[in-house]
Amino acid sequence: MISLAGRDILHAWGKFIFTGIGLGLLIGVTLTMAGVYRGMVDDGKVLLDNSGADLWVVQKNTLGPYAESSSLYDDSYRGILALPGVAQAANVTYLTMQIRQGENDVRAMVVGIAPGGAGIPGWPPYLVAGRQITRSHYEAVADMATGFKLDDRIQIRRNDYTVVGLTRRMVSSSGDPMVFIPLKDAQEAQFLKDNDAILQNRRRIAENPAFNRPAIPDLLDTVITSQSSNPYVNAVLVRLKPGYAADEVVEVIQRWKRLTAYTRSQMEDILIGKLIATSAQQIGMFLVILAVVSAAIIAFIIYTLTLGKIREIAVLKLIGTKNRTIAGMIMQEALGLGVIGFVVGKISATFWALIFPKYVLLELRDAFSGFIVLMIICVLASIIAIHAALKVDPAEAIGG
Amino acid sequence: MKRQPLQRRTLAVLVVIIPLFALFVYVALSSGPLAPVSVTVETVKARSIHPVLFGIGTIEARYTYKIGPITTGRIQSLAVHVGDRVTAGQVLGEMDPVDFEARIRSREATLKHAQAILREARARQAYAQTQAHRYEQLLAARSTSEEIASTKRQELQIANAALSAAQEDLSRAQADLAATVVQRENLRFVAPAEGLVAVRDADPGTTVAAGRAVLEIIDPKSLWIHTRFDQISASGLTAGLPAHIALRSRSGQSLTGHVFRVEPRADAVTEEMLAKVVFDSQPLLLPPVGELAEVTIDLPALPLAPVIPNAAVHHHDGRIGVWRIEAGALRFTPVRLGAADLSGQVQVLVGLKAGDQVVVYSEQALHAYSRFRLVEHIPGLAQ
Repeated sequence: MISLAGRDILHAWGKFIFTGIGLGLLIGVTLTMAGVYRGMVDDGKVLLDNSGADLWVVQKNTLGPYAESSSLYDDSYRGILALPGVAQAANVTYLTMQIRQGENDVRAMVVGIAPGGAGIPGWPPYLVAGRQITRSHYEAVADMATGFKLDDRIQIRRNDYTVVGLTRRMVSSSGDPMVFIPLKDAQEAQFLKDNDAILQNRRRIAENPAFNRPAIPDLLDTVITSQSSNPYVNAVLVRLKPGYAADEVVEVIQRWKRLTAYTRSQMEDILIGKLIATSAQQIGMFLVILAVVSAAIIAFIIYTLTLGKIREIAVLKLIGTKNRTIAGMIMQEALGLGVIGFVVGKISATFWALIFPKYVLLELRDAFSGFIVLMIICVLASIIAIHAALKVDPAEAIGG
Repeated sequence: MKRQPLQRRTLAVLVVIIPLFALFVYVALSSGPLAPVSVTVETVKARSIHPVLFGIGTIEARYTYKIGPITTGRIQSLAVHVGDRVTAGQVLGEMDPVDFEARIRSREATLKHAQAILREARARQAYAQTQAHRYEQLLAARSTSEEIASTKRQELQIANAALSAAQEDLSRAQADLAATVVQRENLRFVAPAEGLVAVRDADPGTTVAAGRAVLEIIDPKSLWIHTRFDQISASGLTAGLPAHIALRSRSGQSLTGHVFRVEPRADAVTEEMLAKVVFDSQPLLLPPVGELAEVTIDLPALPLAPVIPNAAVHHHDGRIGVWRIEAGALRFTPVRLGAADLSGQVQVLVGLKAGDQVVVYSEQALHAYSRFRLVEHIPGLAQ
C-alpha cells in the first residue's frame, strides 16, 4: 500500500517544507517565550541555590534580603550560631550597583561574603576560572556575564578590586550578574559612597554646634568615627545540622532572637510569588496569547493547504477512494507539518536563546508539553480540514 | 523513466529532512538538562606551600606629641607651620601673657618690700640685742632694776621673731616671683623632642581652651603601620615575621618591613587581630600618616602535603569536599583542609593523596549523577 500523504508531500515538497519552516519559526518564538518565563523563575532559584543556605535570617518583619531591604547587626550571627540545629551561620550583604571598569560600567549585584574560605554560605559554589578570594580585602570573583576577565581591575565605590575568579550563572533575581567581594569591603561600599559624600558628611557634623564643642575637643572626631562605620549586614545565611527541621529552627530564631527567618520554600514563594510576580505574569500572559495565535495560524495553514488540494481530493473521491484514506492523508500531513515545525522551532529557539541578554531556560518538560499541544492542535485543525474535504462534491473534479 | 523525477524529489526531501533531524538530535543532547557539564580536572600534587597573611592598616606615628596651653587663653604667636622640622627644646610659639608682666613686676616689688622689712627687722634685732646685752651688764653691776633688764630680754625675743618672720616673708616673695616667672615660661610652646609638625590647629589670636592641642608633632623616624588581620586567617602571626608593604599611593611598589609586635588585645567588634608593622629601612619619601597600606606577611614554608586549588573545594550535602573522578563517574570526597596561601592553593590534611584527580572548574553545580565532559578550559570564557 502506498502512502497517499507521502506521495502528496513529495508532489509539492518545497511548499510543504517551507510552510513547515515558517511554522517552526513561529513555534520557536513560542518556545522562547516559555524559556524567557522559565529563565526568570530560574534566576530566582539559582540565587537561592548559590547562596547555599537552608535559612535566611533577616531584619524583623521584612521580606529581605532580596525582595525588601533588610539590615541587622553584623554580630547577630554569633547568637544565631549558638542556637540548636544551626551548623553554620554567615553574614552576607547584597547591593545592586554600577561597577566601573575603565570607561565602561556594568550593572551588577555586589555580594559581600563572610571570610572563611569556600564552603561558607554565600560563597560562589563553583568557579569556571581563577580562584576563590584569599585576601581579606580588595579581591573580587565576578560572573562571566559581567564581561570581566581575570586580573581585571574594577572599581566599586572608593576602592579598586582585582578579579581573581569567574563564575557562571550567578545572578540576582532580576538577572544582574553577581560580583563577590569580602564582607568588610562590601559593608564599607554600602555606607561610604564616595569621597565627596564623606567630606560633606564631615562638614555637616562639624557645623552642628551640638557635636563641635570647644570645651570637648575630641567629641567631633568621635562622632565622625562613630558615624562612618557600618556595623550592618543584610542577612545571615544559616545552614542546618542534619536531623533538624527548618521550621523548628525558624521558630526558635523568631522567638528568641526576635528576627525574621525564612526557609527555602518560603524564600522561593517570596521571590517568585512577590518579587518577579508581575513581570512573570506579564510574560505568562504574552505566552498564552502567543500560544493561542500560533494554534490559530497552524489551523489556518492546514485548512488552506487542504483547500488548495480540494480538486485532487474530489478526483480521489471520484475514483472511489475511501473517506478514511482521505482523512488519514490530511491528518498525516498535518502531523508531519507539526513535527517539522517543532523540530525547526526547537532548533531555532536553542540557537537564538544564546544571544538573549538575560537567561532563557528551555526546559525539556516545556518542549515535551509543547510538542503534545502542537500535535493536538494539528489533529484538531486537520479535523476541520477533513470535514471540509469530505463535504466536497466529486463532481468538482470534472470542473463542476 | 517515469520514476526518475520522484526519486530525485525523495532525495531532495531527504537532503533537507535528515540534516534537520540530525541537528535536532544534536541540539537536544548538547543543550538543556541532557547536555554534559564541562569540567576541568587537576592532579593533586604533594607540594610545600608558603602561607601568607594579608592585612590592611594605616600609617601611624609611634610618638605623637600634642602641644597646647594648660590654661585657657589666647594664642599670641606660632612660629612653625605644618611640615617644619623642629628640634628638642625649640620654642614654637607663645600664649598671650595678658597681665603676666605686670604680675611679675608686682611680685618683684613685693620681694623688694620684703627685703626692706627684713632690713628693718635686722636693725631692730641688732639694736635689741645690744640693749639686752648692755642691760645684762648693768644688772650685773646692780645699776638697773631686774624689771628693766627682763623687758630688754623680751624686746630681743620679739625682735628675733620679727626677723625670722621677715626672712620667711622674703622667701615667700621670692617663691611667688619664681612661680610667676615659671608660669610665664609655661605660656611658651616648647618642642619636647625632635620631630615634624603634623598639625597646626589654630592661628595666633585664637582663644583656646585649656588642654586643647594647638600643634601636633610626630617623630617621622617612628612611623609604623597599625595593621588589622581578620582573626579567621591570622594563625601564625607573631612578632619578627617579614612583611611586604604596599602603600595605596604607590601601587606596584613594595616596601619591606617586619612585624614589630602583635597587640595583646584584639578587636572584639570587628573580629580582627591588630599588629604593628615597621619598615626595615625608612622610605626615602615618607608616607603620610593615615595612608592606607596593604601588608602581606610571609610565614615559613610548610612541609610537603597534598595541595589543591581552592576552586576545587565544594560544599555538598552538608560537608566540605572535592569532586573526584573515579572510573568515569563523579564522586564527592569529604576532605579536611589545612593552611592556604594567597595564590589559592590549599593543603588537604585528610581525604586525598597525591595523584588523585579532582574537578577544579565546572560549568554548573555538580551532582553524583551529572554527565560530564573533560575540557581544557570551560567554553565561553573570553581568554
